[in-house]
Amino acid sequence: MSTENHNPQKYYVPDQSIWPLVGAIALGLIAFGAGHYTIEWSKQEAGFGHYFLGAGLLVMVVMLVGWFGDQIRESRAGLYNEQLGRSYKQGMSWFIFSEVMFFMAFFGALFYARMIAVPWLGGAGNNEMTGQILWPGFEAIWPLTTTPDGTTTQSMGWLGLPLINTVILVISSVTLHFAHVGLEEGKRQKLKLWLVITIVLGLIFLGLQGYEYVHAYRDLGLTLDSGIYGNTFFMLTGFHGLHVTLGAIMMIVMAGRVFAGHFTKDDQFAFQATAWYWHFVDVVWLVLFVFVYVL
Amino acid sequence: MSTIVTDTHSAHDAHDHHDHHPKGIKRWLFTTNHKDIGTMYLWFSLIMFFVGGSMALMIRAELFQPGMQIVDPHFFNQMTTMHGVIMVFGAVMPAFVGLANWMIPMMIGAPDMALPRMNNWSFWILPFAFLIMLSSFFMPGGAPAFGWTFYAPLSTTYSTDSTALFVFSMHIMGMSSIMGAINVIVTIMNMRAPGMSYMKMPLFVWTWFITAFLLIAVMPVLAGVVTMVLTDKYFGTAFFDAAGGGDPVLFQHLFWFFGHPEVYIMILPSFGIVSAIIPAFARKPLFGYASMVYATAAIAGLSFLVWAHHMFTTGMPTFASLFFMYMTMLIAVPTGVKVFNWVSTMWRGAMTFETPMLFSLAFVVLFTIGGFSGIMLAITPVDYQYHDTYFVVAHFHYVLVSGAVFSIMAAAYYWLPKWSGVMYDTFLSKLHFWCSLISVNILFFPMHFVGLAGMPRRIPDYALQFADINAIVSVGGFLFGFSQLIFLAVCIKCALKKGEPAPAKPWEGAEGLEWTVPSPAPYHTFDVPPVIK
Repeated sequence: MSTENHNPQKYYVPDQSIWPLVGAIALGLIAFGAGHYTIEWSKQEAGFGHYFLGAGLLVMVVMLVGWFGDQIRESRAGLYNEQLGRSYKQGMSWFIFSEVMFFMAFFGALFYARMIAVPWLGGAGNNEMTGQILWPGFEAIWPLTTTPDGTTTQSMGWLGLPLINTVILVISSVTLHFAHVGLEEGKRQKLKLWLVITIVLGLIFLGLQGYEYVHAYRDLGLTLDSGIYGNTFFMLTGFHGLHVTLGAIMMIVMAGRVFAGHFTKDDQFAFQATAWYWHFVDVVWLVLFVFVYVL
Repeated sequence: MSTIVTDTHSAHDAHDHHDHHPKGIKRWLFTTNHKDIGTMYLWFSLIMFFVGGSMALMIRAELFQPGMQIVDPHFFNQMTTMHGVIMVFGAVMPAFVGLANWMIPMMIGAPDMALPRMNNWSFWILPFAFLIMLSSFFMPGGAPAFGWTFYAPLSTTYSTDSTALFVFSMHIMGMSSIMGAINVIVTIMNMRAPGMSYMKMPLFVWTWFITAFLLIAVMPVLAGVVTMVLTDKYFGTAFFDAAGGGDPVLFQHLFWFFGHPEVYIMILPSFGIVSAIIPAFARKPLFGYASMVYATAAIAGLSFLVWAHHMFTTGMPTFASLFFMYMTMLIAVPTGVKVFNWVSTMWRGAMTFETPMLFSLAFVVLFTIGGFSGIMLAITPVDYQYHDTYFVVAHFHYVLVSGAVFSIMAAAYYWLPKWSGVMYDTFLSKLHFWCSLISVNILFFPMHFVGLAGMPRRIPDYALQFADINAIVSVGGFLFGFSQLIFLAVCIKCALKKGEPAPAKPWEGAEGLEWTVPSPAPYHTFDVPPVIK
């Protein structure tokens, strides 16, 4: 079937592939392993969870390499057409929309805690008795450095490291745009240079973020289990950090492909999708910086 | 770009040329074909329907008499939980995705789904997710027992070990749903044949288009909320714990922000199915096509603004209760438009009553009953009486069983000739219909009465005055459950090609591209786009 696909009137339907099934097996192993590992970890028991989790992650890596490898080979062989390119772009856009909604859940939790749950615990509205009877002496402030049950912590300031990280991430979005312009103009040196700079900035961001976590745990006593402030802080920055990590891996793969001579002005979906993803994590960070750190 | 007109004849040539699909197990494991994947989704959902159904029968067996007879309360809770989870995520949703896979490419003149490999991934995640979910029955403490809504703190402080498996299995199920939805939405936006403008699309395509949008918008929120349950239970966070500054009610807000659009995810495709079947057997075009589209979009839009009507008794501020009450009642308007349009389509039509039509008619009547009890539940002050009683159980089973499930049955009978190439067994199908129709009402209608009288849901024992009605309900439950075996027999007969060969268009009044291709539909339906006038 593949020889006929150059005809623009014909639809492209890909051949059979083993990778979707491998991917499902990988996700099944990861879910089963992660579930059991979590249970065993929380009870400090030895078990088999981590074997399944490890095996699942390994199969997942094999699947990603295999599946994306097939995609790249087919794309390089010119099997794809314009319509498929549109499908990929739309698919990626909707995927990013789903990611936005995922972060919305955690931002929703943050806003609810700040605007409703914590003030009510302190006796706001018609909850006078909640404050007086259940949690006497509880002071409703944000950041919530003393929880109703008395766990104390310190809040993370926004000046210093978080501000530097914000600047780094914003600059990395700009440098990535320069790389993209280089690709559009066919200036390969410009593309390579700015792409590498973007990756370096992304890695610096991750390094500083890791340093900030160490600082929070060691110096501030700000931990994942230090009440709703620590919960929302680490869940939001943590999931953001995971997304930056994924984005950085994607960009490293793109850099490899750029140095191998892939991508042209008209054939650059993977590069574009990676760029969209990077800009998306940048925007999430800006919202996060404002609501988690500054306000 | 020039286009080539595909009529029935040339589609048939393509069929001869392209029908040598891979054989054996590899065909199913590695497939990129929307029809194979649709078939797998449909069989998977039928299996899960029986698994979840047998749990329902266990519930009804225990509730046949007051007192504790068969199971202990903890196991009873596991049954109610897993029955709900399996029916929602394992039976109804995959059935709709299966129908979408089979029908949408054919209805819009596409060769396949836009992203066929991802399509296969979406499907194959599901068996693993449900194996993990069901494996939790064999854990110490058993399967999740906190209800399908997994309210905190039941799912955090008071849950058993299996919660972690529940959470991760929900995660991969959600991934499957999101990928499936992205595939549907991209297929519809990008793969329509030339001339198939948005306002020419069949309503089933339209309703799925909007459903897919809802799925992409709310499944990630479910992923977020199960993650918070996981960290609250195992990693010391306090999202849903007042001692740490959180709030258990936050769980309900997040869950129902997912949960309410979710119930429309389970009914909008039904609207599309019924909007295809009623015009076919009334032999009239659908009344008010455009208003159907707008009503569907309105229902979807409103679904994001009504979630807290599940939470009237949590002590929300009065203003919030009123807002959610009015928004909920507003949904009755677009839903009423739909029912009006179906009835108007039948008005003075030349109606015949083949099995798909019978199920569709039952859908219209019984879904409307469920809609009316929904309006009753939407009224905040009276909801204080109805909340968490069997009245709620009656309400959502009317919309989900005699609504969503009946529409899936209708769709199956309507398109089985197209899928299998043979007509279903007419006698068995009518027997299935009448048994289902009578038993479903014996099963769910009396629940309204015990609910109004105050019988709480999810409790394995009850006061003596509810005994007679519960006995009737249980009899209805077993009748309904075993009636579905007739449907299984019909499906197996069709799958084995036992029956009269079906013509390309077995229904005289049916409209749509799927009837222009032979039955069974060729492996690759449209190689080149058909032209829609």
